[in-house]
Amino acid sequence: MAAVLDKPLPEAAPRRVARPIGRPPSRSRWMPIALTTVALAYVTIALFVPLAAVFVEAFRKGIAHYFASISEPDALSAIRLTFTAAAIAVPANLVFGVSAAWAIAKFDFKGKAILITLIDLPFSVSPVVSGLVYVLMFGLQGWFGPWLQAHDIKIIFAVPGIVLATIFVTFPFVARELIPLMQAQGRDEEEAAVALGASGWQTFWRVTLPNVKWGILYGVILCNARAMGEFGAVSVVSGHIRGTTNTLPLHVEILYNEYNFAAAFACASLLAFLALVTLVIKTVVERRFLKAAR
Amino acid sequence: MLTLRRPSVLPGFRLTLGTTLFYLALIVLIPLSAAFAKTLSMTWEQFWMTVTAPRVLASLRLSFGAAFIAALVNAVFGLLVAWVLVRNPFPGRRIVDALVDLPFALPTAVAGIALTAVYAPNGWLGAPLAALGIKVAFTPLGVLVALIFIGLPFVVRTVQPVLEDMEKELEEAARLLGARPFQVFMRIVLPTLMPALLTGFTLAFARAVGEYGSVVFIAGNMPMVSEIAPLVIISKLEQYDYPGATALAVVMLLASFVMLLAINLLQGWMRRRNAQERNV
Repeated sequence: MAAVLDKPLPEAAPRRVARPIGRPPSRSRWMPIALTTVALAYVTIALFVPLAAVFVEAFRKGIAHYFASISEPDALSAIRLTFTAAAIAVPANLVFGVSAAWAIAKFDFKGKAILITLIDLPFSVSPVVSGLVYVLMFGLQGWFGPWLQAHDIKIIFAVPGIVLATIFVTFPFVARELIPLMQAQGRDEEEAAVALGASGWQTFWRVTLPNVKWGILYGVILCNARAMGEFGAVSVVSGHIRGTTNTLPLHVEILYNEYNFAAAFACASLLAFLALVTLVIKTVVERRFLKAAR
Repeated sequence: MLTLRRPSVLPGFRLTLGTTLFYLALIVLIPLSAAFAKTLSMTWEQFWMTVTAPRVLASLRLSFGAAFIAALVNAVFGLLVAWVLVRNPFPGRRIVDALVDLPFALPTAVAGIALTAVYAPNGWLGAPLAALGIKVAFTPLGVLVALIFIGLPFVVRTVQPVLEDMEKELEEAARLLGARPFQVFMRIVLPTLMPALLTGFTLAFARAVGEYGSVVFIAGNMPMVSEIAPLVIISKLEQYDYPGATALAVVMLLASFVMLLAINLLQGWMRRRNAQERNV
C-alpha cells in the first residue's frame, strides 16, 4: 500500500485535484455560444423582423403621408373609440379584479378553486366566440334582441357591444395578477388593522392597497394593452361602420383590405408603439417591485 | 355559500364575493350559456350535419393541427430561449427578455399585417423563401407562422422561473460521475422541466386554436385549404347562419373547457413537483 502511495503521480494529476470541486470537467466552449446564436436567430426572425416591418412599412410613403394617415377624421374617431372602450373596460375589470382578489385571498370558502378557474375562462375562449356570444344575447335574433329593438337600444353593431366584448376578453387580467400576490401576502396585516379598530375601507386603503399597488399597476397595464388591441371579438360585434364603430385595430384592417398599405401600417405603428411602451413599463414594474414582493 | 366559509375577522366577504359572482355571471357565464342554449334549439342531426360539413371539418383540422405543430415548435425553441436567457448571459439579454412578451402586447391585427408583409412573395423573408420554392403567405404554412408568433411567450415564461430555481448541483454531480452533456439534459434537466414545459405547450396550443386576428391576413383564407375555424364562424355569421355559427362555436368552447381542465391539472402537478423538491 505504502509502495503505491510513494510512487510519483503522473504530471497532470495534481492539477486535476486542484480543480474547484463542483465544476464539471471539460465543459465545452462552443456549446453555449451555439445555443445562444440559435436562440437569438429565432427571436430575431420571429419577433424583431415583424416589429421592424411595421415601422418600415409605415414610413414607406414618407413622413407627410404618415402623419396624414394618422390624423384623418376616420383614424381620429377610431383612436377616440379605442380609448373610450379601454377607459370603460379597464376600470370595470379593475374593480372586479380587486374585489375578486379580496374575496379569494382573504377568506376560505368552498368552491374557491372552481371560482378561480371560471375567472380564467375568457383567456381560453376564442376571441371570435367571445364576440359571438354577445351577438346571441343582444343581436336582433338574440335573447334580448326584440326587447332592445322595441326600446330603440342598440348594443350590437354599436359602441356598447364593443365595450362589452372588450370587457370580456380583458376580464381576467387584473384578478389573475392580484390573486396570487394577495394570497402570498397573507391576512396578518389586515387582521391586525381590524383588531386595532380600523374599518374595512380603512384597512383596504391604508394596509392592503399600498402592499399591492404595483401588482395592480402591472395588471392594469396588461389589461389596457389587450383592451386597446383587441381585434377578433370586437370585429364580430362592431359592424365595421366607419367613423362610428371602428376601433383602431379594425381601422387598420379596413385600410389594409383596401390595399392602402402605408396608411394601414401607419395606424398599426401607433398600436405597435403602445405595445412597446407597455413592455417597457411592464419590465420596470417587474424588476423593481414584483420580484421583491414575491 | 356564505355558510360554507370559515369564520374570519376581516370584513367585506359578502360585498366582494357578491360583486365577483354577479360580474362573473353577467359578463362571462350568462353569455357563454347563451351559446349552449342556442344549440339546444337545433336537433342533434342538424348539429351533427353542421359540424361535420367538409368545409367545417377542414377548418377544424387546420386550426387544431396548425396549433399543435406551432405549440410543438414553440416548446422546442421556447425551452432553448428560456435556457439561454437563464444560463448564458450575453449582451442585450434584458432587451431580449423584455421583447419575448411582444406577442402578448402587440395587437393581433398588427402582428397579422406585419407577418404578411414579411412573408409575402416580395417581403423580407418571403422573397428568399420564394426563391427556394417555399410559399409561406396565403398558404397553410402562413397560418403556422402566425400561430408560432402568438404562442412564443408561453413556453418561455412557464419554463424560465423553474429553470431559475433549479439547483445546478444535480447536473454537476451527474457530469462529475461521467454523464455526457446530452445525458444530463435528457435524464436530469428535461424531467425537472417537464411539467412547466407541458403547461407552456398546452397554454400555447389553447391560445393558437382560437386565434383569429394574426391569422386572417396571412392565411389567404381559401375554403378547405387555409381557412381556420374562427373564420368559418365569422362567415356563417355574415350569412346570418346563426345556428351554424353557434354549433361550431360550441365545439370550440368544449375544446377550450377540455384544455382549461388540462392546464389546471398540469399546474397542480407542477406545484406538487415543486413542493416535493423543496422538501427533499
